[in-house]
Amino acid sequence: MSKPDYIYVVYIQAPCETVWDALIDPEMNKEYWGRQCNLSDWKVGSRWQHANYDDHSEVMVLGTVLESDRPHRLVLSWARPEHAGNPDKVSKVTFTVEDQFGASKLTIVHSELDDEMRNAISGGWPPILSSLKTLLETGEAMPMTRRNWKRNA
Amino acid sequence: MDDVFKALADASRRSLLDRLHAKNGQTLNELCEGLAMTRQAVTKHLVILEEANLVTTYKQGREKLHYLNPVPIHQIGERWIKKFERGKLAALSELKRQLEKRDE
Repeated sequence: MSKPDYIYVVYIQAPCETVWDALIDPEMNKEYWGRQCNLSDWKVGSRWQHANYDDHSEVMVLGTVLESDRPHRLVLSWARPEHAGNPDKVSKVTFTVEDQFGASKLTIVHSELDDEMRNAISGGWPPILSSLKTLLETGEAMPMTRRNWKRNA
Repeated sequence: MDDVFKALADASRRSLLDRLHAKNGQTLNELCEGLAMTRQAVTKHLVILEEANLVTTYKQGREKLHYLNPVPIHQIGERWIKKFERGKLAALSELKRQLEKRDE
């Protein structure tokens, strides 16, 4: 097993179930993920897609649900649609949600990244996670993550 | 947030973050290499950085790998930088207003 490329941790004042659900609920995703959302039935072995909330045919990332154990663990394979068939270009994301004295510790481990995806995600996760925390704790996500990132890039 | 500022208020700890920024996922041994700090001092600094959630660790077999966690730093930026930008914009529009007034 190669070592992870990135590990991000954020503590959120919310139950683990709330955090886990926020990861897979398109209505919440769009608020903290630049108007993008995650789509799947979230069963192990199912496909999942990360797409434009306003146009689901615009898919940025896709993969397979490798593990799905609400509310503690979600493991996804992660690739650009054009690279989904190339094992060298498929990375892996592990979400872990642990209870910490009534709050949740959300850890995201991104591994098996190629250089292109490494550059793409290294700037992406910190604002997404900060905004997820803001959304769950205040009821409103940060304005920067509620806009469509692509259009404003 | 106090923890984050306290952790960042030390040059040795910032240099450890710099080393992780340059190469993520290092062991204690790797982090100690070429540093003028004792192993004990590095360990102590890493504990403070971990408590501030600026460094997170990952166990792989018998090795403990250290990762830079930029999320708290991002939160600091979000809290204040936005306001400074707004200030700059206000200053610029005031400058424009003053300069244009002079032309009148």
